Amino acid sequence: MSVLDLTQDSFDGTIASGTTLVDFWAVWCGPCKMQSPIVDAFAEKNPQVKVCKVNVDNEPALAARFGIMAIPTLAAFRDGELIQRKVGLSSMEEIEDMCK
Amino acid sequence: MDEKGFDILILGAGPAGVSAALTAHARGRSAAVISADPMASPLARAGRIENYPGLPGRSGRELLAAMVGDLERLDIPLIVGRATAVMAFNGRIMVSVEQDVYQAGALILAAGAQQNARPLPGEERLLGRGVSYCATCDGMLYRGKRVAVLGLGSGSEADRAFLEGIGCQVLYFTGTQAKNAEIQGQDKVSGIAVDGAVHPVEGVFVLRDTVAASALLPGLEMAEGHIAVGPDMATSVPGAFAAGDCTGRPYQIARAVGQGNIAALAADRYLKERET
Repeated sequence: MSVLDLTQDSFDGTIASGTTLVDFWAVWCGPCKMQSPIVDAFAEKNPQVKVCKVNVDNEPALAARFGIMAIPTLAAFRDGELIQRKVGLSSMEEIEDMCK
Repeated sequence: MDEKGFDILILGAGPAGVSAALTAHARGRSAAVISADPMASPLARAGRIENYPGLPGRSGRELLAAMVGDLERLDIPLIVGRATAVMAFNGRIMVSVEQDVYQAGALILAAGAQQNARPLPGEERLLGRGVSYCATCDGMLYRGKRVAVLGLGSGSEADRAFLEGIGCQVLYFTGTQAKNAEIQGQDKVSGIAVDGAVHPVEGVFVLRDTVAASALLPGLEMAEGHIAVGPDMATSVPGAFAAGDCTGRPYQIARAVGQGNIAALAADRYLKERET
């Protein structure tokens, strides 16, 4: 499944149902560039999970709402509720655990 | 992804790292060395070294300069910067250095004993909650805010300037003030105590020449404060090897050079096994 870019307008509607993984990132962040292919591969492997990205530079309100203090930060939602959140680079296994 | 690929990436341009790079090169492997300013090594402060064979009475600086010269002579890239994260994925190991990402089939950790530095009070607990090891990665999230920079290594002046440039109000501490600082906060950083005075800040950038090995590479097994290695310098992470002072005492050049050699040979073997 392809990875969606979320904005403040599309965020709540997207996470409202099912399981969603959100990767908070920015272009100036080296570790985010390492996280990205892992998140993409996770999306390929797990079509049942909506996999999304939030560019914290373009979406400062979303970054503030979730108190993003370091990137990459990954957050997993189920039916609109935050179920897991992890700061720093995450491996495929860690992402799979977050979305269980 | 603007990846730069090599066979072997080596963290550290001291005796262990350079020795590993020379051996990797001799084995026909493409190698690159990632390091803070090589002259920031504690070895640069050694006045006279009398127990390194064939080169009596040289200073640490002279030896380091000669070793860095070896890299130049063989066109082995020296990437000067701070490695902030390492991740294995799809049989490759990725390393981020500030805003860039490098990748290789094998990694040799050789960043010295400082790689095992004891964390400051509050540092590990508040990592990612206001504590950051990378100004260029996380600085933008602190625009307009008050932050502290703890310059525990070389090059932190540049990070201070970067943070000020993007609009952070920066409190800058170095030397013993930085070494004895205490990071405070419950769920996130609220302040920093230095010399008995508490300064309210929202972020603390802890900048050593090298990020602690265990934080850099999650899952890396340690033994008594050093990276645990087998006889072939393999660590607990497949494809990652370690050499030199980061693996234990004695902190001696001869030991570091020997281990760098063993690590590079083992990394070469590891790559060969995967190629067949």
